[in-house]
Amino acid sequence: MAHPHAPTYRRSWIYEWITTVDHKKIGIMYMVTAFVCFLIGGILALVIRTELAAPGLQFVTAEQYNSVFGLHAINMIFLFVMPMFTGLGNYIVPIQVGAADMAFPRVNALSFWVFLGGAIIIEMSFLFGGSPTGWTLYAPLSTRQPETGVDLMVLGLIMTGISSILGSINFLVTIFRLRAPGMTLLRMPMFCWAQLVTAVLLLFSVPVVTAGLVMIFIDRNYGGGFFEPSLGGNPILWQHVFWFFGHPEVYILILPAFGIISEILPVFSRKPLFGYRAFVFATASIGALGFTVWAHHMFTTGAVYLPFFSFFTFLIAVPTGIKFFNWLATMWRGKLTFDTPMLYACGFIALFLIGGLDGAFLAVVPFDFMVQDTYWVVSHIHYVLVAGAMFSIFAALFYWFPKMTGRRLNERSGKVQFWLLFIGTNLTFFPQHMLGLDGMIRRVADYSANAGWSELNLLSTIGAFFIAASVLPFMWNVFATLRGPVNAGDDPWDGYTLEWATTSPPPVYNFDHLPPIHSERPVFDLKHGGGGHAPIAAAPALPAGTAE
Amino acid sequence: MSTAMEPVTGHGPETPEAHHRRGMDPALLGMLLFIASEIMFFAALFGVYFNVRATAPVWPPEGTEFISWQGSGLFGLGISVLITIILVASSFTMQWATSRIRKGDRTGMNRALMLTLILGVTFLGLMMYEYYTLVSHDDFGVNSGVYGSLFYVMTGFHGAHVLGGIVGIAVVLARGLRGQFSKEHHVAVEAVHYYWHFVDVVWIFLFLTIYVLR
Repeated sequence: MAHPHAPTYRRSWIYEWITTVDHKKIGIMYMVTAFVCFLIGGILALVIRTELAAPGLQFVTAEQYNSVFGLHAINMIFLFVMPMFTGLGNYIVPIQVGAADMAFPRVNALSFWVFLGGAIIIEMSFLFGGSPTGWTLYAPLSTRQPETGVDLMVLGLIMTGISSILGSINFLVTIFRLRAPGMTLLRMPMFCWAQLVTAVLLLFSVPVVTAGLVMIFIDRNYGGGFFEPSLGGNPILWQHVFWFFGHPEVYILILPAFGIISEILPVFSRKPLFGYRAFVFATASIGALGFTVWAHHMFTTGAVYLPFFSFFTFLIAVPTGIKFFNWLATMWRGKLTFDTPMLYACGFIALFLIGGLDGAFLAVVPFDFMVQDTYWVVSHIHYVLVAGAMFSIFAALFYWFPKMTGRRLNERSGKVQFWLLFIGTNLTFFPQHMLGLDGMIRRVADYSANAGWSELNLLSTIGAFFIAASVLPFMWNVFATLRGPVNAGDDPWDGYTLEWATTSPPPVYNFDHLPPIHSERPVFDLKHGGGGHAPIAAAPALPAGTAE
Repeated sequence: MSTAMEPVTGHGPETPEAHHRRGMDPALLGMLLFIASEIMFFAALFGVYFNVRATAPVWPPEGTEFISWQGSGLFGLGISVLITIILVASSFTMQWATSRIRKGDRTGMNRALMLTLILGVTFLGLMMYEYYTLVSHDDFGVNSGVYGSLFYVMTGFHGAHVLGGIVGIAVVLARGLRGQFSKEHHVAVEAVHYYWHFVDVVWIFLFLTIYVLR
């Protein structure tokens, strides 16, 4: 290039990353941080399962156990799944809508650094007595615990919450104001729609729990009486405040997963997404209904109107069912190829269905009374979060890794990882259904040797180590691939959406040229002709020798 | 590999500016969304207040005295009435500032912003004075039962938002004094004025809920 260049000077890569406002670099920083926290949370999970492998206390004390299971959950929910989806969204959403960056790049960087500070404070809570309160921080347990760890946990959660609010404002403005010409809302990729609804949920639910966390902090440190009955407060009030956030939160953890699966299934089935509009409306209605069901976590408190919350909980099964129908119809008679992203997507569909049906069971009030606080609930939440959120995260990482790095992850290693994870997930969490029905209570470090639960618990522990083992090939895969050659090309999967129309990795400004956007599959239209539009300049549908 | 990508569109390189020539400015939309989340924050505070109040046998709980809008001050009114008047007035001066710059009148905007800033600081100062009298004379603090906790947390968080608004106004005023705004380009003024109105409206609800409703 003969262009005159501005004088350049070298800066260290650390300075580049710390000061960056590029949505792609910020996205990668989110993902790396989330993965580190995933490893921490995973090790804590192994501590839990090792302790429960046999009756008796062999490995940790009951007090340590109480801090471990809470920090495990906080790590996985707030420091792994949420920032991982935020990172993926940060990287992918601006490109998918054809923008050059997020709407507020500097606010975007602020969100990340506030999140990182919150994450460090949360991890530090373990060194200051831990937070033996579970991830739900139920009052008065949380308000009366003397450990400083609880204060750190509360402060860290407030910080990650502020980060989430700023981030969701950024996503919403990016999606509403920075879409490329032709990219109407109803031509947006499903992943962007999922991030849009997720951002709305965050925007309306996180401030509520932030207010509640502040109240816990004041109760603990300044003699406040919000959740203290002797001072006129009400502990059940915390449950309302928490679950008003907590239930939208579970959709915050799963809607982006739905979006990822809806990106991958069409590409690897060589068909458009079945019922795109129904999918959009199902996503939006899951988001709206998410605000009507918080008290189904509180059935046994006796403080809520059961029929209302039971009914709306059942109602959520309808849009979710629409999604399952659309996914299966997308695959129906498609030309399926089973690359690793597709394997994970199929695993997601199979196992998330189990988790979802568990949830529908819990909407039945008498059944919920039976299994409240048992391992049935543990099994339910892990079938939706491990088989749901985690499978979709690995699907997304395998799917978009070539775009982010220009390199394809190793397929053989990916398949080994998938089968280890698939077997491990079922081995760990399916026995917990039976344990729960048999009355084994969660959050307890020990169980009686006479209860007949030893075999199932041992099975569950073995499964947990399968899951842990599945992470090793992934880490090696990423390491080895990053040292390997740039081999992916711009469009390794013959993709449909705009991110495949730019280079891998994309330039800082994302696009030199945008293809015309006439449908929700602009890149497919460009390559193959579609949506009623002939391919541009009468190019051949595919260059000779390019296998589909 | 993808097929060759032709430069197919009529528009030039994608810059953020190219996207949003029509419709609301992104910064303004961002401020509105931020206000939406703030509304949810205060909604939680109000929700907690009314839940506690509804379940309490008497209100305020025994041992605490109701903090009324009536008081020993001027005309038998408490400080709360005075600061309510001040804050509502500041909403009008803020609106005045915005309407001035919409007409291109920088000097008028600066004057109105200055007045708003003074009113805002006065509000905060008088609020601190009320806190001081309540704590030192009436021995009423955040640890005075759930009523004290609610009073200080609700008014305190509102005060923090007033402080945020004051910082915003100060920044806008400093930029205005440097002549950085014009009839066409004054999105920061618009954003701060949205926020200030929001803070004002929240106060009206807080005033009615805390000081008036018995």
